[in-house]
Amino acid sequence: MSVEVAIPEGYVKIFSKPRALSDAKYTYCPGCHHGIITRLVAEAIDELGILERTVGIAPVGCAVFLDRFFNCDFVQAAHGRACAVATGIKRARPDLVVFTYQGDGDLAAIGTAETIHAANRGENITVIFVNNGIYGMTGGEMAPTTLPGQRTTTTPLGREPRLHGFPLKISEMLAQLDGPAYITRQAVFDYKHIVRAKQAILKAFRNQLEGKGFSLVEILSTCPTNWRMSPADAGRWVAEEVVKTYPLGDLKDVG
Amino acid sequence: MSRVLMRGNEAIAEAAIRSGLKCYFCYPITPQGELVEYMAKELPKRGGVFLQAESEVAAINMVYGAAAAGVRTMTSSSSPGISLKQEGISYIAMARLPCVIVNMMRGGPGLGNIAPAQGDYFQATKGGGHGDYHLIVLAPSTVPEAAELVRLAFELSDKYRVPAMILADGMIGQMMEPVELPEPVDPKDIPERPWAVTGAKGRPRNVISSFDLEPEGLREMNLVLQDTYREIERSEVRWEEVETEDAEILLVAYGTMGRIAKTVVRLAREEGLKTGLLRPITLWPFPYEPIRKLAERVKTVLTVELSAGQMWEDVRLAVEGRAETPFYGELGGVVPSPKRILEEVRKYVG
Repeated sequence: MSVEVAIPEGYVKIFSKPRALSDAKYTYCPGCHHGIITRLVAEAIDELGILERTVGIAPVGCAVFLDRFFNCDFVQAAHGRACAVATGIKRARPDLVVFTYQGDGDLAAIGTAETIHAANRGENITVIFVNNGIYGMTGGEMAPTTLPGQRTTTTPLGREPRLHGFPLKISEMLAQLDGPAYITRQAVFDYKHIVRAKQAILKAFRNQLEGKGFSLVEILSTCPTNWRMSPADAGRWVAEEVVKTYPLGDLKDVG
Repeated sequence: MSRVLMRGNEAIAEAAIRSGLKCYFCYPITPQGELVEYMAKELPKRGGVFLQAESEVAAINMVYGAAAAGVRTMTSSSSPGISLKQEGISYIAMARLPCVIVNMMRGGPGLGNIAPAQGDYFQATKGGGHGDYHLIVLAPSTVPEAAELVRLAFELSDKYRVPAMILADGMIGQMMEPVELPEPVDPKDIPERPWAVTGAKGRPRNVISSFDLEPEGLREMNLVLQDTYREIERSEVRWEEVETEDAEILLVAYGTMGRIAKTVVRLAREEGLKTGLLRPITLWPFPYEPIRKLAERVKTVLTVELSAGQMWEDVRLAVEGRAETPFYGELGGVVPSPKRILEEVRKYVG
């Protein structure tokens, strides 16, 4: 429950919870970047004034409880199928604003086909793709996005590309297609990047409102729990190591 | 009512459009290609959405989305494609979304062939995917009945918020017959969907989900489903009886086999063999009670299927030893002639 605190004389309230967010507590692990990213999505919905016509699609994975955190209509999708579900909703009711929020296991492994074809059709939806290079909720298994050498519970000796494949750069793949309007990779490990990520999310929603088509914001995230790192070290790892494999910036932007 | 000569697949498509279908999602597969093609040609012209998906998996999840958004929606496929849809169907069942799924069964298992078969009975009537759920399963035996049952499928699915399946086969999909198409539905007659995701404006938000991590919560969701299924079992069992009054042998057959069995009854009667037929129209809910009542009067209940004996299990559950329950089935897309089945009938009467 939120608590109303009286603002003392002479003080001005300059920061509050976005209207789009409910009072439910996050179920994310402490220090994980999901919390920041979820909030940025909520802020974007607030700023565009679209809460009452937005439908979110919750994935399977760490954001499986996403519907609880928001105050808008929500649909829970099967693992990897969010872009297909979003397609069904958007085609049935084009006036709705439809977004998916998916992890890298969901979007880049089991949901690769649904993602690529929704992008290729230029479905007028917004996709928030949270890439932490691991399966968080199931216990730290290797994802297609896991870095070479990275230890996970299914690559205990480290990911060996010749055995386990190379990191899958799905945003680069999607950027090759004619369908998408906007493909970008962002991060939230410091304030500067949080501001940039927020602008990218806003643009991805604005594109939908303007009918420009498929927009995907990949956001490099952390998993302190399964990376066996402190939140601060995890953030540094993204800033110093992860970005070498997954460089930040726009991969496609039709303007 | 307009009476036209139509192929089964096309009659089903037209009946669906006249039933207020808004969104149709598909992936091509034989023997239901004409259904896909008819939709591609007709549905966009009449204000609906036609979308060819990248896979059966995607198509059923698009149905999930459109159903969640509160419109009448449908997909169609044939056996291997329906197998791929099972994950999505399980989610749709638990999320309590109405929709219609057409399965034009073909020979299996595996890639099988494209000839008529009834090997998907278990999959259709016992759930099919994971978890405790049922579909409402309607089995037409003629083209006109297929058109009629499409309308019923949408109505029952909306009424109970349970997905409905039209279970037919390549024979019904491919053949042409005169059809009386249903009148276009009045949009006012399509039930409201206050639970749909349409934007939370002026109402509490809606969430469509098949998920509850708490065992007590998930049990509660399951109990609601089971209560709905019991109500459907009480209210929606449909079947046809042919010459059962004085029958000594009762044939039980559905769909294409039900149609052939009607001819068998006529041929048997010409020989003086007191033969009747019970043709289930709803495969789920199954007509256990009507079969049980007839089993008390007849000596033999002969189940005839294009499978190795799937519905036969339900027939034996209904008969419970009241009569002998032999079985005759054909496999692999082979369709037996009425004369071949008559030979089976002669083994037990006369």
